[in-house]
Amino acid sequence: MTLLEVRGLGKHFSGLHAVDDVDLDVAAGRITAIIGPNGAGKSTLFNLLAGFYRPTSGSVRFKDRDITGMSPHRTVAHGIARTFQTTNLFEDATVLDNVLSGRIVRSHSTVFDAVLRTPRHRKEERHNLDKAMAALEFTGIAEYRDEIASSVPQEVQKRVSIALALATEPELLLLDEPAAGLTEEETVGFAQLIRNIVADGVTVGLVEHRMSMVMSLADHILVLDHGKEIASGTPETVRTDPQVIEAYLGADHQDQEGAG
Amino acid sequence: MTTTTFSPQRLGTLLVALALLLAPLTLGGEEYVLRVLTVGATYAIAVYGMNLILGLTGQLSLAHGGFFGIGVYIVGLLTTDYDWAFWPSFLVAVLVTGLGGFVAGIVALRTREEYFAIFTMAMGFIIFLVISRWESVTHAHSGVSGVKFPEGFGLFDFSEPVVMYYLVLLFLLGAGYVTHAVRRSGIGRTLVAIRTSEDLARSIGVNVGLNKQLAFAASTTFAGVAGGLFAAVQGFVGPSAASLDLTFEMLMFILVGGLGTVLGPVVGTFLVLFLFEFFQDFEAYRFLVLGPIIVVLVIFAPRGIVGYLNAFVGKLRSRAAGAGNGSGGPPEHRSSDTATDVKETL
Repeated sequence: MTLLEVRGLGKHFSGLHAVDDVDLDVAAGRITAIIGPNGAGKSTLFNLLAGFYRPTSGSVRFKDRDITGMSPHRTVAHGIARTFQTTNLFEDATVLDNVLSGRIVRSHSTVFDAVLRTPRHRKEERHNLDKAMAALEFTGIAEYRDEIASSVPQEVQKRVSIALALATEPELLLLDEPAAGLTEEETVGFAQLIRNIVADGVTVGLVEHRMSMVMSLADHILVLDHGKEIASGTPETVRTDPQVIEAYLGADHQDQEGAG
Repeated sequence: MTTTTFSPQRLGTLLVALALLLAPLTLGGEEYVLRVLTVGATYAIAVYGMNLILGLTGQLSLAHGGFFGIGVYIVGLLTTDYDWAFWPSFLVAVLVTGLGGFVAGIVALRTREEYFAIFTMAMGFIIFLVISRWESVTHAHSGVSGVKFPEGFGLFDFSEPVVMYYLVLLFLLGAGYVTHAVRRSGIGRTLVAIRTSEDLARSIGVNVGLNKQLAFAASTTFAGVAGGLFAAVQGFVGPSAASLDLTFEMLMFILVGGLGTVLGPVVGTFLVLFLFEFFQDFEAYRFLVLGPIIVVLVIFAPRGIVGYLNAFVGKLRSRAAGAGNGSGGPPEHRSSDTATDVKETL
């Protein structure tokens, strides 16, 4: 089943074609990765899908509903969550409060419920706490719940941002370079976390630089270069695609082998 | 865990509430001090409004004194020139400031950060100009005199200063409670999310524009409530009740008390007003003394007195919890109570 259907999507920044005529089908329950050299338009594509940018052409359909140009607070409500490339947290708040913020979009009690402490409000607050704790357990950081977000290690911060996104109960989770800046060992842990997320029924979209991680995780890969699709398919087909090797892997293929 | 019931925050809240409740009894016949306290309490209500938009949502609105003035003048003019009773005039003042804030927010909140401050400052100044110049309606500099006291319906006599004081105090308690309730709920989390990072707030599904606008409307409503009560307390009001100076005084109250805290507005307002009275003989020169005090505060306690105390208590507790962990207690659950308590109670 196709969860997200992108057709002819484009974003032009005054003449620059950041994303140009991209088609993409994200299958439910799978991991779809978007790769490409720096400046290929991967993050712009994410921003278009999550509603942060308004596309200049094309359409995005999510669960058979047109969400093209829909603002982020509505796409999140429909079930698309995202994380940012640079870890983005409510830094002065505790880890738990960060994740609780992810419950805002699923909460219905009003300021009057809060002031009057209606049963609905109290029930919802309890439910939100349970959900937030579940997200913390799931990402393996429950022990940090009362620490201030900016004071925990970087790897934990990255897990908090994923827990925060999961707390919004997404059907599609867009991860923008979740492993950036992590050690090899931590990256393995993150790959496992992403597998667990998918096993839990959440579809994952992934922008990532680490080829090893992408190749071992992704079910489907879209390769962008200069905003255009140059290849798409299973890791196998993409890996052997001559255009991909030339445009992306070619340049630093040797570096990677040297480093790896 | 029993400590949460007697947490320093609750103790502080209790002490402040008791002090305010008992103040008239200890003052004996000191009418003047009671009057200062009552006026202070009306300011504190407005400062709670500023706390909502600045302390929780992070938007510096400098139109606050203007909306306070609208509340003052609606009650002032309706109860005198139009001979309305107090309560309906008060209701109109609250509705007009609330709706006015919402509508003004549509335009004002298109700007962000310092531009929002400048825009709202202009808004506040326009309100002041209208009030101080529109002679045929507002009587300009002659002001409004003979503002009615609230009707007591035979139960209360609000012309009695002590009774009026308790009425204002009731509203002040309400403002404090609303702040407390908002802070510990999802609404508070929404506003704080916006204050911390609008982009991140958006990415977790917060309707940033709408929530900012509601927070702004709530803040102007508080200003309207405060202004309406102020008119009745004073009996005579002039354009200075809508001036920009007033906005900056309120800003000083909240900075001294502590942005975003529950007790900050009331502590800051009464403390600074007390200092104002104390240095009254110096008149305009009092700022020579107050200025440095504020500079020192901003440097050493940027989160205000209450914010500073909160952090201090939090530090003590985490130290105590740390010691507890060493002796083998379950660390997770214990510290959870304290941290949420520190953040939520004040």
